[in-house]
Amino acid sequence: MRQDQLIFDEGRPGRRARGQAPSEPVDTGDLPAESLRTTPPILPEVSELQVVRHYTRLSQKNFSIDTQFYPLGSCTMKYNPRAGNALAMLPGFLDRHPWAATAQSQGYLACVHELQDMLRDVTGLAGVSLTPMAGAQGEFAGVAMIRAYHRARGDHGRTEILVPDAAHGTNPATAVMCGYKVRELPTDGEGDVDLQALREAVGPRTAGIMLTNPSTLGVFERRIRQMADIVHEAGGLLYYDGANLNAILGKSRPGDMGFDVIHINLHKTFSTPHGGGGPGAGAIGASERLLPYLPIPMAGRDENGYRWLTEVDCPHSIGRLSAFMGNAGVILRAYVYARMLGAEGMVRVAEFATLNANYLMTRLRAEGFQVWFPQRRASHEFIISLKREAKELNVTAMDVAKRLLDYGYHAPTAYFPLLVPECLLIEPTETETREELDGFIAALVAIRQEARRDPELVRSAPHDLPVRRLDEVRAARELDLCWTPD
Amino acid sequence: MSDLPTDLYYASSHEWARLDDDGLITVGITDHAQEALGDLVFVETPSLDSSVEAGDACAVVESVKAASDIFAPVAGVIVDANGRLTDEPELVNTDPYGDGWIMRIKPEEPDLIEELMSAEDYEHMLAAEEED
Repeated sequence: MRQDQLIFDEGRPGRRARGQAPSEPVDTGDLPAESLRTTPPILPEVSELQVVRHYTRLSQKNFSIDTQFYPLGSCTMKYNPRAGNALAMLPGFLDRHPWAATAQSQGYLACVHELQDMLRDVTGLAGVSLTPMAGAQGEFAGVAMIRAYHRARGDHGRTEILVPDAAHGTNPATAVMCGYKVRELPTDGEGDVDLQALREAVGPRTAGIMLTNPSTLGVFERRIRQMADIVHEAGGLLYYDGANLNAILGKSRPGDMGFDVIHINLHKTFSTPHGGGGPGAGAIGASERLLPYLPIPMAGRDENGYRWLTEVDCPHSIGRLSAFMGNAGVILRAYVYARMLGAEGMVRVAEFATLNANYLMTRLRAEGFQVWFPQRRASHEFIISLKREAKELNVTAMDVAKRLLDYGYHAPTAYFPLLVPECLLIEPTETETREELDGFIAALVAIRQEARRDPELVRSAPHDLPVRRLDEVRAARELDLCWTPD
Repeated sequence: MSDLPTDLYYASSHEWARLDDDGLITVGITDHAQEALGDLVFVETPSLDSSVEAGDACAVVESVKAASDIFAPVAGVIVDANGRLTDEPELVNTDPYGDGWIMRIKPEEPDLIEELMSAEDYEHMLAAEEED
């Protein structure tokens, strides 16, 4: 396969793409002379066609939902229907200026307001703000709201956030960012949080607990109501990490489980683009008691129509997380998706996501793979452990993950959650056909046969991709991310 | 089977501890722990002169697979940290009981080191985990 050069190395001095350049000199307005650059920036000097070919070739090397099955556990890599994209790109939405008058933004504000309401209803909370620009910012907002709540009550002794050991790494990170000390809770043999340990951990220092349900172990936390009672009785609040909301959408609501605040990754459950360099969306929902602290901007409605709520309307808000609704396009895509599904469709999302995961799990178990919680029903994802294969064949979960790439499948999440040795966390999502799932099973079975017959073939995978096995240690230790001219 | 020197004490969170002649306790992670973590890419050594309780998280090791806290096996004050690990985290993989040591603690009560596990007990614990 042809090796790609960096786009900088494809250029020649003086080459330009004039068709794309501004036709007139740029007016720098009243910028002072000392602020204007005197030397041109170092940019690739390439033709328009070179740019098109360079990026088209790179895009063809990507694994993506549009080309491959992508069972990346805990990430919900489902297909994003094209309609969301098409409708969010309508000129009325695309050309709306952030400063446009409220009277001229009623359509967009209505979409924001309706999405707030739909997310509120499907999560069972009292109100929703769409303003966080990513899941991480949503988490930060949620814990900041917990902090604001305790402070407003003069309850300053609450310095700890409890986090189960199966949690996403972002949970303890968020708690620390908000100034809390993290206290870890163990998991019992069945995959539930150890209730006795929870009882011993709660007290006057407990600000709250951060939880994903279903957990990252791919099982539903069965005693969640008891957990909520224990935490609430101790004066703490419950934070729901919405990473795994796809499993319970429309079936079971975090608000009914006793959660006080939740973030929803719209890019997972509500089918907006994953990554891609643009803003994400970490919508946040609050129970009655945390409602006053929701971040702004939010859309509100009064007798004159829709409008943005401000500090005047929400004096206790933790504040603005962005100057404008900077993720307008992302929110519109989620809105279209939610409207296309309706309440009934959301239930089907959860049902088929769970059915697909249980089908895969049952078939893989029948093929002799070690399912980590065989006695439990899978949620939308499940874990297999390749501990046996690692021991007997010296072929690790990472080797199998890399070999899957040769078979045309994106690898599942490997080595997470940390509690399970040599694990793969597999999340098929609801948008895959049975044929696709069967193909994936056949690939895993074939790879295990290869591991027995010719383990080196698996250990040295991938073989058929533009790059071979990457040196992860060197990549982490010798970061070299900036191109500089020779 | 991983290497388990019998003159060391072991914590269930996979640290080893050794009481040295100068009264300080040297701490690192076990051979089993480094093997389970895989190649280390980063070690965050503890801050010096900080007081720790037994079980406090005070350092971090990060591998290609995961980041893990290192817990103080005994209460005391951290008086030394292995500066070489900043540039050579791989020492923890290649020599976990020697050049890959992580910190030294001036213990409040040196005798409490005996509450940790012996090599034999730690080996039993690993064997029990293996059966799960």
